[in-house]
Amino acid sequence: MIISKPAIAGTVESSDALVSVEPGDGKIELTLTSSVMNQYGRQIRETVLETLERLDVKSVKINVVDKGALDCTLKARVECAVFRSCDASEKDIPWGGVIK
Amino acid sequence: MIPRPKPERFRLRRTMMFMNAQKPGLIKDAYIYGCDSIMLDLEDAVAENQKDAARFSLYHALKTIDYGDTEVIVRINGLDTPHWQEDIRVCVAGGADGIRIAKCESAQDVKTVEAATEAAEREFGVEVGRTLLMAALESPKGILNAYEICSASDRMFGVAISGGDFRKCMQTKPQPDGIDMLVARGQMLIAARAAGVQCFDTVFTNLDDMAGYEAEVRQNKAMGFDGKSLINPKQIRLVHEIFAPTEKEILQAEKIVRAYREQSAAGVGVFTVDGKMIDIAFIPGAERTLKLARACGLWEGDLV
Repeated sequence: MIISKPAIAGTVESSDALVSVEPGDGKIELTLTSSVMNQYGRQIRETVLETLERLDVKSVKINVVDKGALDCTLKARVECAVFRSCDASEKDIPWGGVIK
Repeated sequence: MIPRPKPERFRLRRTMMFMNAQKPGLIKDAYIYGCDSIMLDLEDAVAENQKDAARFSLYHALKTIDYGDTEVIVRINGLDTPHWQEDIRVCVAGGADGIRIAKCESAQDVKTVEAATEAAEREFGVEVGRTLLMAALESPKGILNAYEICSASDRMFGVAISGGDFRKCMQTKPQPDGIDMLVARGQMLIAARAAGVQCFDTVFTNLDDMAGYEAEVRQNKAMGFDGKSLINPKQIRLVHEIFAPTEKEILQAEKIVRAYREQSAAGVGVFTVDGKMIDIAFIPGAERTLKLARACGLWEGDLV
């Protein structure tokens, strides 16, 4: 998917994450801050990058503010932000396809 | 991926707790509270500009979190909104046990949701007929059409009244004795029983008024409701206590069922148990008491 405009999804409430995306320079630039950085920083990073790969996003600046979100929440927030940036978040979502 | 067993149309549903599907902190451990069903809400609890985000969150929660024996129902947005079709797709794809139709007013509303549910089942390779439906009656028209709504589909397992919207339409507010909703509750119960589906009361929203809450739950049981919608885990235990049959009721039911089997085998139709006349009309009630007692962990017989 092509990130054509900035979009955000999520909150900074406990157990959630706030994900913002904007058009990139041909690569994936991830900035991550997390309340559980020491314990789970690497895992969060992996989940975010895997999700972007699944969505076939190759160029994006993505910022994640994690407040102890489970993997399933991180995935949901990244996917929603990406779909919002493509104006595709409201209907005909490929549940069980690239969203899994 | 957590595969959920095929939903049972008729199961124990004493407590159905609402949870905002958009709040990960709430839905990740909703099953620990011990309510019979959780109701993940895509409707009023979710702000208009977060409907899309709530669906992504719901999908992954359904696919990832093991809710165990807790039934998982999703409340979808009303048929007068642009959201309900995608809501149904995500419910079915995620494998929710059932869908609660908000603001249901007619059999046609049920059929509309049923058609979209079946289409989604085909799209996502889910067994056709797996996803159950229930309807929330929130308006005078919904109450007047309760019977046609209850009997509109084989997927329907029950109806619930939604007090907030209903009282607004009726220009009233909650009364301590429940007179504000007495007729509506009664009409809905009659319709549900006539159609052979379950019936659930509305939420009690004042969490500080536990006495008022208890009075309402007792009235619910006395009126014949199957269960109640809840907004907070602290409301669960009281419903389970009040809806559980008493020891006396269990013993009595056991005696009635046993006596009935013996007497009818001997060709007797009407007889007495502890001085009370008993005939076949008492048997379904007694059997129901025993099933409920077993579900509550109070009885371990094999009569039913």
